[in-house]
Amino acid sequence: MNPVVRLKLVPAAPPPSKYDFEGQLRRRGIDLPPLGIDTLQVNITRLCNQVCRHCHVDASPTRTEMLSPEGVTNCLEILERHPRIATLDITGGAPELHPGFDGFVERAVEMGRKVMVRHNLTVQLDGNPQTGESKEYLPAFFAKHRVEVVSSLPYYQAYFTDAQRGTGVFHKSIEAMKRLNSVGYGVEGSGLVLNLVYNPVGPYLPAAQAGLEAEYKRELKEKFGLHFNSLFTITNMPINRFKLHLDKSGQYHAYMEKLLASFNPAAAQGVMCRTLISVGHDGRIYDCDFNQMLDMQATDIGGKALSIFDFEFSKVLDRRIRFDDHCLGCTAGAGSSCGGSTG
Amino acid sequence: MSNYFESEDLKKFGDIGQHGQKLADDFFKYYTDVTGVDGALTKREKSLIALAVAHAQKCPYCIDAYTTQCLETGSNPEQMMEAVHVAAVMQAGITLVHSVQMQNHLKKLVL
Repeated sequence: MNPVVRLKLVPAAPPPSKYDFEGQLRRRGIDLPPLGIDTLQVNITRLCNQVCRHCHVDASPTRTEMLSPEGVTNCLEILERHPRIATLDITGGAPELHPGFDGFVERAVEMGRKVMVRHNLTVQLDGNPQTGESKEYLPAFFAKHRVEVVSSLPYYQAYFTDAQRGTGVFHKSIEAMKRLNSVGYGVEGSGLVLNLVYNPVGPYLPAAQAGLEAEYKRELKEKFGLHFNSLFTITNMPINRFKLHLDKSGQYHAYMEKLLASFNPAAAQGVMCRTLISVGHDGRIYDCDFNQMLDMQATDIGGKALSIFDFEFSKVLDRRIRFDDHCLGCTAGAGSSCGGSTG
Repeated sequence: MSNYFESEDLKKFGDIGQHGQKLADDFFKYYTDVTGVDGALTKREKSLIALAVAHAQKCPYCIDAYTTQCLETGSNPEQMMEAVHVAAVMQAGITLVHSVQMQNHLKKLVL
């Protein structure tokens, strides 16, 4: 074949994105290798009783993805074999809608692991949208197993909360928090931890975490008599449902430019993917829940895709974290992670 | 240009230094020193003041910028709306208090 013609057939490398995250790191001489695996975060289902407008999982009452019983067993075996993984962080969807949720929690607690559940509050009242099964037992179940509960409440008023999470969600969330408080969650001296999560209700950065936490505490106590432990501020990731909103409203580039302009090297050092791995409903391993939703499966140094079905601690720890444009969401301003600001 | 105000033009604010860089630099330093940090007033309080001024001065760029800034510093829509009412009532009061001048002059004119 004529070599000129052959050259034409080689696809050109795509130009670097104007929001090139790795370029930001390179320019500042920042390297972000994994530091450890302290947390196994497992997204056990995409089924949810809510349809939040910003949800990066695209979770809804019609989703059917579930981690298989074998997958649950493998996660527990990983925890058993590797005591260094101190925390099991169960997320979804609404993770309580997974049929194996209770057993998963019980076994991990028996092993002495700290168990965190990303609990959306309203599932207590709504129950399972597909089977109608009640979930009113959850506060007592969580308390019995001393699970750490992390719940989204985008604001201490209905306007923002319902705009993001659906009409009526705020009042149901308040009722669910009352039930958690009644079994000791968020109450001083109980040791039962209830943390709340704040998300901006649009393409802007969260306010400072400490100030917002103080305000939430004051308002929720004064207006509803509610208590909680800490507030985590989390930046909206420009992926999936939220990205669709940004695209439709013509705000995607303005938001990305904001994230880029707010790049904070200190926050970059604290990104959660350095100490956490994320497991999908199919057992694949990712650097975080966001990469999971973008199908950016983690690979070992040799390029082999990582999964819980052939888990080797050293291979997972020695991987290179995969970054892309959306990672700017974790490094903007005060930083953002599943545990709040990082900067 | 189809309109006098284009939202995209807000990004060009930095270009005001094109024919006078030093004065622009001085202005932006002053601007950042005043609005960009907590001082005797918090950034949040300053943002609410700026939002009110933006309305009083009818600056669409500033209204967009400080609506976002108010949210990013933790204000909620009720607080923001109340700040705009402060601007509105100040303007109404300023108009009305001038009626004293009218009355003074009226007294001079009327036999």
